[in-house]
Amino acid sequence: MNYNWNWHIFFEPNPTGAGTYLDLLVSGLWLTIKTALLAWIIALIFGTIIGILRSLPSKAASWISFCYVEFFRNMPLLVQLFLWFFVLPELLPRTAGLWLKQLPNAPFWTAAIGVGLFMSARVAVQLAAGIASLPRGQKQAATALGLTTTQGYRYVLLPMAFRIIMPPLTSEFLNTVKNTSVAITIGLIELTGQARAMQEFSFQVFEAFTAATIMYLAINIIVVTGMRFLERSLAIPGYITGK
Amino acid sequence: MFGNLDFDVIRRSLPYLFLDGMSFTLMLTGLSALGGLVFGTLIALMRLSSYKLLGRIAGLYVDFMRSLPLVLVIFWFYFLVPYIGQWLTGASRPIRVGAFTSSLVTFIMFEAAYFSEIMRAGIQSISRGQPAAASALGLTYAQSMRYIVLPQAFRNMLPVLLTQTIVLFQDTSLVYVLSIPDFLGAASKVAQRDGRLVEMYLFAAAVYFVISCLASWGVRRLQARIAIVR
Repeated sequence: MNYNWNWHIFFEPNPTGAGTYLDLLVSGLWLTIKTALLAWIIALIFGTIIGILRSLPSKAASWISFCYVEFFRNMPLLVQLFLWFFVLPELLPRTAGLWLKQLPNAPFWTAAIGVGLFMSARVAVQLAAGIASLPRGQKQAATALGLTTTQGYRYVLLPMAFRIIMPPLTSEFLNTVKNTSVAITIGLIELTGQARAMQEFSFQVFEAFTAATIMYLAINIIVVTGMRFLERSLAIPGYITGK
Repeated sequence: MFGNLDFDVIRRSLPYLFLDGMSFTLMLTGLSALGGLVFGTLIALMRLSSYKLLGRIAGLYVDFMRSLPLVLVIFWFYFLVPYIGQWLTGASRPIRVGAFTSSLVTFIMFEAAYFSEIMRAGIQSISRGQPAAASALGLTYAQSMRYIVLPQAFRNMLPVLLTQTIVLFQDTSLVYVLSIPDFLGAASKVAQRDGRLVEMYLFAAAVYFVISCLASWGVRRLQARIAIVR
């Protein structure tokens, strides 16, 4: 292979004038983590609401959640980001659209909200499945104790369901981290973006991508290990995963 | 709100969007799904083989691919495939690879990891008695896989495989990062040429939405039919 490897490239100054190439990649890593965390919070909030709607006996509630989930699941994430970033400001009233366009850090907010809503549909499906997997007696016992529907969800159903769906939620969180890289298309220079920038500045393609790959692997290992501990401490006694 | 929009731009660019863009997207989806299924099945067989080392290698490959974002993998292969081609053909310099070949290799290698997990679940869902009966009948390992296990695993997993293919269909839009004119790339080209971002992106979103909806409705029906047979 006639490719000139140069692993010292990471410690050479980058063309932005601030620090080395490694600093560039690390700043991308932080942006990836920040975007993913904000997106995950949004996904959890909306996913919980829609997931609860999906599990309610009401026809209207399940219809709303069905439409929500289908809307976000049947379009590529990239197209959704384009809709939020390019289309939405044009369709809003003039002043609101202008305000949106002039927002500082627009790619960051668009990415966090876009990825968050995209993932919320997946969280909703998982949560609804978790609630459906609970024995019917749980809901009935809550009613028999005099809890209202809200209280039943708050104190009985949701704490159980969330603990059951912990493993799939872990992989959905990792998907959120990975999906932030799609925001490269709307100008968010996160980890993949910085690796690409480094490749363009220095021509050291494979070093840049190797470093980004290692960082993504590290995020995965840390999250998976951390979640394994959390799962163990939150496992429900009496279930297969419990003590 | 829609006052200054010009939806005629869509009608004018329809032939380009569908004959060039959509045919690229569908071709890429179809070939990647086939290739991914073939490689995925091989990886699944490796993971389940009695040679521990083979299983470890396959497991590492799957975990590795699944922890990377597709965009990064697309970039990796875009730069790597010319060198792989040089190595395979023994040429003196990295060979030139077309956009289609490059993205096809990417998606086959990436999807193989996901398809292999599905096929592994499918193979494990076959009761142990079946391969045992096959070997009692004198079938070799290859024959028992070919005639007994894999056909059933494939059939049981067909709905999941098709759902994954719908995800793949949506994911092919990411070749946009290489400025390849797939369906979204074509729409975006027209959008930027004519300054009609809103119209073109709304239309692209609608097309993806309709196709994915119809496809997943079809998968649900298929699932219901298969469920009755079992």
